[in-house]
Amino acid sequence: METEFKSDGRLERVLRSGRFAVTAELNPPDSANPQEVYDAALVLSSVCDAINATDASGANCHMSSVAICALLTRAGYAPILQVSCRDRNRIAIQGDVLGAAAMGVCNVLCLTGDDISVGDQPQAKRVFDFDSIQLLRTIKIMRDEGMFLSGRKLTAPPRLLLGAASNPFVPPYDWRPLRLAKKVEAGADFVQTQYCYDVPRLRQFLKQVCDMGLDERVYILIGVGPLRSEKAAEYLRTRVPGVVIPDKIVDRLRKTPKHKKREEGKRICVEIIQQVQEIKCVSGVHLMAYRQEELVAEIIEEAGLLPRPMQPLARDSDPRARPSKRRRANRDGDQ
Amino acid sequence: MNPGSWLQNYPHFLEILYLATGRLLSFFDPLVSRLGYDRVDRWLRPAEELSKRVIFDCRMCGQCVLHSTGMTCPMTCPKNLRNGPCGGVRTNGHCEVIPEMKCIWVMAFERSKQMPAFGSEMMDLQPPVNRQLEGSSAWINMLADKDSQLPAGWEEASPRRFIKIEEIEAWKPSLSQTAA
Ligand code: SF4
Repeated sequence: METEFKSDGRLERVLRSGRFAVTAELNPPDSANPQEVYDAALVLSSVCDAINATDASGANCHMSSVAICALLTRAGYAPILQVSCRDRNRIAIQGDVLGAAAMGVCNVLCLTGDDISVGDQPQAKRVFDFDSIQLLRTIKIMRDEGMFLSGRKLTAPPRLLLGAASNPFVPPYDWRPLRLAKKVEAGADFVQTQYCYDVPRLRQFLKQVCDMGLDERVYILIGVGPLRSEKAAEYLRTRVPGVVIPDKIVDRLRKTPKHKKREEGKRICVEIIQQVQEIKCVSGVHLMAYRQEELVAEIIEEAGLLPRPMQPLARDSDPRARPSKRRRANRDGDQ
Repeated sequence: MNPGSWLQNYPHFLEILYLATGRLLSFFDPLVSRLGYDRVDRWLRPAEELSKRVIFDCRMCGQCVLHSTGMTCPMTCPKNLRNGPCGGVRTNGHCEVIPEMKCIWVMAFERSKQMPAFGSEMMDLQPPVNRQLEGSSAWINMLADKDSQLPAGWEEASPRRFIKIEEIEAWKPSLSQTAA
């Protein structure tokens, strides 16, 4: 991988340093009160390297990801802007990406997006003007070539680390590593996977990924999350697209007495993190604790991932940001 | 169900048919260009639409990529994905959006394994759809070079740059078939 930084963010620096990275998902509020975003971010910020701002995941309406990112950067946090292709066409998306970068967002996660039919407003119109690979490539071209899809020049290109999603747990299984290869070619610098509850399947996927040498081209973060009860597990695997939970895990929760279920769900999550940490090509974990944010810190601590590398949040005081700044100075000087 | 869909069980035959159609079209290209692409578009469109709809449930996007997508029309995916399946495919291989339908990309991938000529083109990156071509004849657009005007940065976009396609398990059997 090149030595020049692509973004000014902390996530890229943690990943490049080879330390095990931790990202976490922020549950977006159904509210116009910024304090709710700050409250949610507060419990996450000290235990993770970047916070994912979801883009109406599950096609349920919430505060927009661009707005959440704006609030987070204002408060000095490091967000990952999630962009899905479901609700906006190419014009809206490219504009949003520029705006987000201007507000200090350093990471973008490019998603296809869950279908409208699973959300709270199934009457809506599907957009899907881009697919996730086209989205990735378009933003990569904005960043690296400094132009819109049309070829029109940007006066200042966005500096972003590009992320993609991957789901190794659904068919066609032998296609999944190939799809990741396509995403890497399209421009992915890191990938966050869907919830992993099936480590053997993950290992198989990663083996194919490593055989193709993709682990040297992309940082892989494994999605994990605690299950509150067997009912929650059942809901996740039947109602949320793409989540696969083996019966073994659901049974384990079912057999646990009621007052210990939460604890058990947490333990399963910690165990999975520890197993995943053993796998060579894994660069980190991505925690998705829907409506259980308070557990995130405990899980990360119990998995032995604390303390997080503390870095100055403001990018100007980050000494490692210098190479890229010099590069920009040179470029300006050339003109 | 479209009446000709059984033909899709013979992807190798279809890729040969594709090649033949391409040859036939380029043979007539000088004539077509003299008559004017727009005029011939009007004549040809119904024929193309009928034949492709019967077999592939074609949606007339005007920029056909069938041969690169396992002879399976990507526009029949409810999310219109052109670069492979989303992460919502059900464990039984059915579509996230329409539970009773098989994910068209699961079928496309299986079919591509029986396509020695074009199967591995599944790996190439498909650029965003040019919505201006929707409803027009993809055959004429091909001759008039309208479908190949890529946005900047999209030329030759394929992971072939860093992975060896010949070594990918999925397409190995059909590739070795052609070599033999
Ligand atoms: S499951 Fe397959 S057919 Fe359905 S939306 Fe996803 S990719 Fe398209």
